[in-house]
Amino acid sequence: MNQYETVIIFTPVLSDDDVKRTEEAYKDFLRSNGGEVVAEEHWGLKQLAYKIKKKSTGIYYVLEYKGPSDINAKLDIQFNRDENVLRFVTIRLDKYSIDYNERKRRGEIGRKAKAGANSQDKLTKATEEA
Amino acid sequence: MAGGKNIRYLAAPKLGMMRKKYCRFKKSGIKYIDYKNPEFLLKFVNEQGKILPRRLTGNSLKYQRKVAQAIKRGRQIAILPYVTDLLK
Repeated sequence: MNQYETVIIFTPVLSDDDVKRTEEAYKDFLRSNGGEVVAEEHWGLKQLAYKIKKKSTGIYYVLEYKGPSDINAKLDIQFNRDENVLRFVTIRLDKYSIDYNERKRRGEIGRKAKAGANSQDKLTKATEEA
Repeated sequence: MAGGKNIRYLAAPKLGMMRKKYCRFKKSGIKYIDYKNPEFLLKFVNEQGKILPRRLTGNSLKYQRKVAQAIKRGRQIAILPYVTDLLK
């Protein structure tokens, strides 16, 4: 069992319900293949840094899950078949990133520090590490 | 003959001591660089979106590799550009 993180970019033409349905479908797919959803994040509609399939915006969705090592091959096929997915990137998380994500979920790596001075942000990060 | 009055230096004389560069990740104990945080990654990129060398950022090799990896991942998910002008 490894822990993975996938960032999925959906086309901006999808309605909210459609997005919810597809997300749900992927989560069901994960569970039926021996995976376990750890966390998810909805970033919503965001501007892309460059155009993908002639779209300049995308709906971002981050999924964190545990699963057997063959799960990503299966998931990739699903993503590639899906026309609503502009882009997806899957990353295996190591112990530091798992730790980081947990602390981020608990709000210890805060938005409030990030909005202000960036050096402050790093200081808070450092103090939490200690 | 110009006497000792007009002294020309071959190299410009140093103005004060150079500040020593340091690796900010080692110093503040950051273990993982999040590729989903564009504001942070923007510090390691020039205005064309190119990754800055270690020579300029002062990162240790270990963390420079991680920074580079994070920036490349950020480019893949379109939160950082591959090429631009006037990024900053």
